[in-house]
Amino acid sequence: MIPPAFDYHAPKTVGEAIGLLSSLGDSAKLLAGGHSLLPMMKLRFAQPAHLIDINRIPELRGICEDGADVVIGAMTVENDLIKSPILQARLPLLPEAALQIADPQVRNRGTIGGDIAHGDPANDHPALSIALDATFLLEGPAGKRLVKADDFFHGTYMTALAEDEILVSIRIPAFTPGTGWAYEKLKRKTGDWATAGAAVVMRLNGGVVSHVRIALTNLAPMALRAADAERALLGQPLNDSTINAAAAAAMAACDPAADLRGDVEYKTAMAGQMVKRALRAAAARC
Amino acid sequence: MAKKLITVTVNGRKHEKAVEPRTLLVHFLREELNLTGAHIGCETSHCGACTVDLDGLSVKSCTHLAVQCDGSDVLTVEGLAKGGVLHAVQEGFYKEHGLQCGFCTPGMLMRAYRLLIDNPDPTEAEIRAGIAGNLCRCTGYQNIVKAVQYAAIKLRESQAVTA
Repeated sequence: MIPPAFDYHAPKTVGEAIGLLSSLGDSAKLLAGGHSLLPMMKLRFAQPAHLIDINRIPELRGICEDGADVVIGAMTVENDLIKSPILQARLPLLPEAALQIADPQVRNRGTIGGDIAHGDPANDHPALSIALDATFLLEGPAGKRLVKADDFFHGTYMTALAEDEILVSIRIPAFTPGTGWAYEKLKRKTGDWATAGAAVVMRLNGGVVSHVRIALTNLAPMALRAADAERALLGQPLNDSTINAAAAAAMAACDPAADLRGDVEYKTAMAGQMVKRALRAAAARC
Repeated sequence: MAKKLITVTVNGRKHEKAVEPRTLLVHFLREELNLTGAHIGCETSHCGACTVDLDGLSVKSCTHLAVQCDGSDVLTVEGLAKGGVLHAVQEGFYKEHGLQCGFCTPGMLMRAYRLLIDNPDPTEAEIRAGIAGNLCRCTGYQNIVKAVQYAAIKLRESQAVTA
């Protein structure tokens, strides 16, 4: 399968890329790692007349610390998340989760920003960024703006990103000591999307849950924050009863699409299981 | 759509070619350069039969545009053997019967090649995780893992001799 014909552009700066996006309008698509877009083009689900390849923009890559935050360039690939000493020390959820995404070759190309901006509910970084309380830096012709991960995902392939904007970087508060984390992903095989996935970031204070964020992968038209599940835990001790209550609240929020991975009932049940496992794993690390 | 001129080094040889932007790297290798080692399998980046080495990283050449490789260095399975002598990973697949039909083999070899550079002494679990993006429908992977282990030992021994 060969993609339909298009014109190719390889800007060297974010400004150049935004200029191209503005002048070419909705006939253009940004090319990040290409592991969603190129297969979609082969299958004719996407037929952009112009591809703007943002792989040659150095300012979009890299991971750095900025005070209490970690800032990740949108074009940083999964294998660089896995290998990053900064992330291993300050946001260990990301390297652990990235290892569960795709396979070694795809992780050399797939980027955190592409995974987020694509708006596919099956992608993993949307739920991870919600659980991590990330903020996205978007840049367009009118300048820069910040959008919280909580407000970014609107539906399948629908996000807060405007057509002439680029996701530049992801800013995440580094874990404070005593933070527990987990990403539990049920999948049929390497490279498959999640049947159900749950990301948890948690802190305990004297055995009581003092902070918890829970987000779900591939269980609704967009990555989902399980706010009711969080409420069921905050201020409570973590035990079988509160974990079950949180899982039930998370399941109630699910609205998965039935497919070859399972029907709605199965996926919802697995969402509950993933939430329980993630809560227990996160608590054990607090 | 305008063709783009690219310069790409493949197996040590520099090529300058005009390519249509939509030309995938695997088609460029197979049809422009007549290097048919990289196989076209699933075409959707799952099976790994098209795996090549691009600037020191394993990539699936069915999901990479040739035009993106301007200035890059590509190694394909045709570039593994030197002077008629098989590379250690090729010898491993031969000695340990790491293939049956052979369709996945060029991708397996290129992935094993890079895996052993990144991790010269992998555990069995690390080998299995390292080749998780390469599917084989024949072997059940047992002999592929043995082949990579054979190559790892051979490469470490040859380095110990030259050191």
